[in-house]
Amino acid sequence: MENFTPWSSLAGGALIGLAAAVLWVGNGRIAGISGILGGLANARGNDSGWRVMFLAGLMAAPLLYALAVGIPVVSIAAGPLVLVAGGLLVGFGTRLGGGCTSGHGVCGIARLSRRSITATGLFIAAGAATVFIARHVVGG
Amino acid sequence: MSLLAALLSGLLFGLGLTVSGMVNPAKVLGFLDFAGHWDPSLALVMAAAIPVAALGFAVGHRRQAPLCAPAFAPPAKSRVDGRLAAGAVLFGIGWGLAGFCPGPALASLGFGGWRVVVFVAAMLAGMAAFRFVDRFVLTRPEIASAATQRP
Repeated sequence: MENFTPWSSLAGGALIGLAAAVLWVGNGRIAGISGILGGLANARGNDSGWRVMFLAGLMAAPLLYALAVGIPVVSIAAGPLVLVAGGLLVGFGTRLGGGCTSGHGVCGIARLSRRSITATGLFIAAGAATVFIARHVVGG
Repeated sequence: MSLLAALLSGLLFGLGLTVSGMVNPAKVLGFLDFAGHWDPSLALVMAAAIPVAALGFAVGHRRQAPLCAPAFAPPAKSRVDGRLAAGAVLFGIGWGLAGFCPGPALASLGFGGWRVVVFVAAMLAGMAAFRFVDRFVLTRPEIASAATQRP
């Protein structure tokens, strides 16, 4: 557990929760990234503006952080083929399953949604099984 | 006003992902690697995010409408079904392969290098593929009726 960062995790998590609270109390929308992004494809007229603004903020914040504090660490071990496979599965799966880590994992669990609790359990289990096979069976 | 609220929420979300280190796939994979050098950080991110978000939903519960929009838009579905389960499992496999879920991938798009661009492009293609499959395969009447007629 040498990489465990409890305080920054708790602080960052609280900010993510606050973001979800602001979007719900302000706009009545769930802060689920895959839903906000995927919904752009069939958004009509005034339904796309808030999506674009949210995504702009999401992408701008780390850049502002980089200017003020320093460039955040992004360490990616996966090669291009694995990234393509992973991206396809994440894009398809989050739309089929109606959410990702933010929509199901944070907002859905906060709303005590049975769907979201089920989905979160399944995607963490599937992710852990994938990492286990990749690191300890194939890569071991 | 609703656009400003959305921008503020996006900024807070991106800052939270950055501060917590969740923009880093290596850290996310450290959480998913229960048999290795397990890093529980992601669990603490969720443990802090969920009660704060729940507070927001509780505030919303006491209001007729959101501050900057005419009505709340809660998710329409409430039952666990095969689509939810299959989608969550496919997403989990992709998450475990790359270490990225949609939020961190978009948040690190501006500074994370070409690998993030490759992942986000594939993710958008996956979303487009779902739109195609959903429209032309999953909802075709003969398949939908075959599914209901199954013994």
